Parts: sequence; C-alpha cells; structure tokens
Amino acid sequence: MDDLKLELKNNIIELLNLEDVNVDEIKDDDSLFGDGLGLDSIDALELIVMLDKDYGIRLSDPKEGKRIFESIEIMAAYISEHRTK
Amino acid sequence: MIFSEDNPQVKDFFKSVYQFLGIKYSKFFKMDSLSKLAFLSAEIILKDTVSEGKNIAIILSNNASSLDTDRKHQNSINDSESYFPSPAVFVYTLPNIGIGEISIRHQLKSENGFFVFDKYNANFHYNYEKSLINNNKSDSVLAGWVNIDEDSYEAFLYLVSENGTLEHTEQNLKQLYTN
Repeated sequence: MDDLKLELKNNIIELLNLEDVNVDEIKDDDSLFGDGLGLDSIDALELIVMLDKDYGIRLSDPKEGKRIFESIEIMAAYISEHRTK
Repeated sequence: MIFSEDNPQVKDFFKSVYQFLGIKYSKFFKMDSLSKLAFLSAEIILKDTVSEGKNIAIILSNNASSLDTDRKHQNSINDSESYFPSPAVFVYTLPNIGIGEISIRHQLKSENGFFVFDKYNANFHYNYEKSLINNNKSDSVLAGWVNIDEDSYEAFLYLVSENGTLEHTEQNLKQLYTN
C-alpha cells in the first residue's frame, strides 16, 4: 500500500503539473482539493482518466470522484480494492 | 533585451522566464504553450500597470491558432485501443483560452477577441484598437501577435491607451512588428 501511495503522489505531481510541490509535502490524509493541494475540476477529470488508464478502473458516475479523490489514503484503498491492472 | 537563455526547449525557456520575472502563480504550469507565451508577454507589459478593475481589452491574433495543442489532443485519441484524451489538454484546444488566462490573472472583465490571420495584420489591429478606444469600449487595449507551433514561437504585444509614448498608427504598428 505504501508503494501505491508513493506512486500516486508522483503520478499526481507529474500529471497535474504541480511544479512547486514535492512528494514529501503531500501527507497521506491531506485534502487533494480545496485547502489541501488546491486541485480544481479539470484536475478531477484528469484523475478519472488516470484511474482508467493506469489501473483499469472506470467510474460510471464522475460524482464518485469526490469521495475517492478525498486524499491519497482513500484513493490508494479504493484502487487496491477495484484495480483490474 | 530583458532576458535570454540558450535553451532549445520551449517549455524550459518559458519556465526560466517565469522564474526570472519572479511570478508566483502555480496555475501557470498547467497552461499550454500558447497560453504560457501570451501570459508571460502580458506580464512583462502589465507588471508596472495597475490592471485590476481596469477596462483593458485584449485583442490578439496568430496564424497557427491552437494547432500545437490540437496535435497533442489528436495524438491522445488516434489509437482506439488506447483512447485516453486528457481533459487538461483538451481545454486548451482554442486559441482564445490564453486571453482567459491573462484576464483571470489581472481580474479583467473586458472585451476580447482572438483572430487567425496569415500574418500580423496591422490594418485590422489598428482599426479594431482605435475603435475600442474611440467608442469608450475600453480604457486601453492589450494587443498583438502571439504564435507558437512546436519549437517555433513569436510574441509581439503592446498596450494602446490615451496617453501612450508612441502614436497609435498603422504605420507605427507595422514598424514595431518588423523591428
């Protein structure tokens, strides 16, 4: 699980062009949106594509993302349970 | 000369200019190349201007439209077996998005337009900019040519206002662009 969390942090930084953020600055339970990393709605769509592309998880309802992308901790748990690749 | 760097990579050069100008605006790194070029050029012109709340129109043009980003988007949807279009790329597949980025940065809610020509059209720009000022549609106009396609780019921006240092004429625009 720790490897997956680190992988997610690295992927998010690269995918979302968070040039001024380091991996060790993202805590597992930090909010990804709002006051945390400050991601926006386009970032959320980008994360939905990442779930599909990297882990074979296709969200039928984009609103699900709000819960799944709450933090790295929650994302990693969801991916571990639902990944198909 | 404001800044120069021997760097063949456009992305790296834009980042260097961003750092050189001392800008703190993390959304910059999410922009496509055309928006970054327009954004940085506008920063140089507007950095000493109190732009917030001012009625500064933005009229830009180029000849590649958003082709640089359109290609990236096309590449992500070419393969039906690996069809993963990026929403963050797709939102930049229009050339006028760069105007939006400048407007957000400087809190502008003004008239704007992005036009595609074969080359910089001084006559069109002159008449449009003059009309905006003369008809009190805007206090000033940030205008010019912002073009990018892969590693080739060009930006020529100027601010038209009632009290400029150089007279706003078609001939002067032509001369400024060619120089």
